[in-house]
Amino acid sequence: MRSLKFLLQKEFRQIFRNPAILRMIFIMPVIQLIILPLVANYEIRNVNIHVVDHDHSMYSRELIRKITSGGTFQLQGYSSDYKEALLDVEHDKSDLILEIPHGFEKQLVRESEAPIFLAVNAINGARANLGAAYLNTILRDYNQEIRTQWIQFPKFDEIPRVEVISNNWYNTRQSYTLFMVPGIMVVLLTMVGSFLTALNIVKEKEVGTIEQINVTPIRKYHFILGKLIPFWVLGLLVLTLGLLVGRVIYGIVPMGNIGLIYLFAAIYLPAILGLGLLVSNISQTQQQAMLLSFFLMMIFILMGGLYTSIDSMPPWAQVVTWFNPVTYFIEVMRMVVIKGSGFNDIKGHLGIIALFAVVLNGWAVVSYRKRS
Amino acid sequence: MKEQFLAFVKKEWFHIWRDKKTLFILFGLPIVQILIFGFALTNEIKNSRIAIVDQSKDETSQRLIDRIATSRYFDIEEFLKSGDEADAAFKRGKVKLVIIIPENFGSSLKHTNHGAIQVIADASDPNTASTLTSYIQAIAGDFQMDLNQGKKLPYTIVPEIRMLYNPQLKGAYNFVPGVMAMVLMLICTLMTSIAIVKEKETGTMEVLLVSPLKPILVIFAKSTPYLFLSLINIASILLLSVFVLGLPIAGSLVLLITLSLLFSIASLSLGMLISTITDSQQTAMLISLMGLFLPTLMLSGFMFPIENMPMPLKFMSNLVPAKWYYFIVKSVMIKGVGLKIIWKEALILTFMTFAFLGLSIKNYKVRLAIK
Repeated sequence: MRSLKFLLQKEFRQIFRNPAILRMIFIMPVIQLIILPLVANYEIRNVNIHVVDHDHSMYSRELIRKITSGGTFQLQGYSSDYKEALLDVEHDKSDLILEIPHGFEKQLVRESEAPIFLAVNAINGARANLGAAYLNTILRDYNQEIRTQWIQFPKFDEIPRVEVISNNWYNTRQSYTLFMVPGIMVVLLTMVGSFLTALNIVKEKEVGTIEQINVTPIRKYHFILGKLIPFWVLGLLVLTLGLLVGRVIYGIVPMGNIGLIYLFAAIYLPAILGLGLLVSNISQTQQQAMLLSFFLMMIFILMGGLYTSIDSMPPWAQVVTWFNPVTYFIEVMRMVVIKGSGFNDIKGHLGIIALFAVVLNGWAVVSYRKRS
Repeated sequence: MKEQFLAFVKKEWFHIWRDKKTLFILFGLPIVQILIFGFALTNEIKNSRIAIVDQSKDETSQRLIDRIATSRYFDIEEFLKSGDEADAAFKRGKVKLVIIIPENFGSSLKHTNHGAIQVIADASDPNTASTLTSYIQAIAGDFQMDLNQGKKLPYTIVPEIRMLYNPQLKGAYNFVPGVMAMVLMLICTLMTSIAIVKEKETGTMEVLLVSPLKPILVIFAKSTPYLFLSLINIASILLLSVFVLGLPIAGSLVLLITLSLLFSIASLSLGMLISTITDSQQTAMLISLMGLFLPTLMLSGFMFPIENMPMPLKFMSNLVPAKWYYFIVKSVMIKGVGLKIIWKEALILTFMTFAFLGLSIKNYKVRLAIK
């Protein structure tokens, strides 16, 4: 036990004497927490629309006014030539073309039905889909207005009508920040944990100081515990910092019990640190360790459901996400912070993460060799 | 002179070639990225798990539920007894939407021709919530059409929607150009800066500098193999995108490769610049990763829409070389436009390259003077 105490003393001194590491641990996460949520905003707004109006009627003008008054769409161009509009899309100036055909108003009044054409720049599929859906809603409203102008509706509906009344729970203001900040905290915690542990041990290898430790009677698990505990403490500090930044800058107060978040993080961190240990066991140089952790992090973060929904993935990819610790923490974080889920809701996640921690660290201890 | 230069390139090539682990990751990274982005990630929202509260329990409500169940957007996870259980269901994290069909839905629709259903969305993720709600609205609209047996409402505007460039709304169309920018940046900037700084850290740089080759040529020789590596990666990404993901190369392939080379050279010179201002590998990594890689990911417009960003960030995004390259790849590869539309972006990249090169040559001399 005494040797563990000395090892911990050594590690903490090393960390606190290296300003670069301290900067990475404390300043980087704060800067990223401030910038990332500003950037990761998928709200559909400022959609640039180019209207090609062949009709020049009262109806077409009224429609354009309705579309641009909502705030989602900005009239980028107005012309009577589709080619001109397409050129705008090619320059990335417009996202959407609305073409109102010649005789639109007449046809609508006389034949009771008139087409209208939408062309959407669909390179970014999700944005195209939502943009088109929004425009559709505006069109539907406008259509309803015209109908009420022309027909006196009877008291009861003439034909069956199904109405959908929608409510949004938990994030009633539909704020994207509230959704992203908890997830980004998990990513930062994961990156700090795994990168630092991996680099720390490999540096001892590269510089050669690991030989000195290897010739001492220090036991394997003492050495590994000595590396894990300091970064575990630092990880919890980063989490606290993250929660504080979330509260001060974005006013995000977890709906659920904050103790649950710490409980989960306390078990999650050893799993991630164990991963860092494994990486350092495999690598010989800092360059290798960094590339390998970068490679793993990239897969974990992309497949973790931070930016894209896991339910939408194909079945095989969903199976892959079961082996991704980041997935569980992002889910738990969002559940507790946004919805206020309780212990019973997350105990399954907790059990799985504990299993990760045991397996990864066990593997790291077994694969660590004192002999080079 | 030329022979000496080639000898240096050869030496550097051996360095790279003998570190098999690094090499494996350098070539594996783009392949895995393309596969993840191409097959696993999709921005489309489908197979969302929902819960239904059916208080009406009649033939009409059953028909509506059947319609929802057959939609590929929804998987019915559970049936709840009442709306009071919705909160618990959301908190367990299983379902994203609860649909409540009230007791009188069927009879009201029969007698008054008007029925209402209630939809509660878990708005934790605002976009998913609004997309799912609009899907339900569309299903309700279809259901209504069915009830009307094809009788159309009068005065109807019929929107006809065409998705340009990417009719199947595949995620890959958006991601592949972004992955190209990221991978080239990673190889050229990060690897070059580390390779040069490593020689400084281990002291072998001194040995290189006393050789008869001009110092600045030493640096050029060190970065040449990485240019070659990035060419291989451009080729592998393009081959995978076309043959595995089925993406088109709508524009000129020559133009695409030429401009990719231009971007690689810009990234290489950035890597040289970093290596001239740092002395340790860890610092070089930190600058490359935090200072370049993250901004590339965040501000190039491929993950996050630039138009939504606040003014200062929008301005900063102009300084990120990858933003211009991403636009170029998107335009040439997917939209199929020519130099006529992207010459401005190409010019900006060229200008950036010269700026980075100039700065690193200047810094390089200063450093030698001090030593």
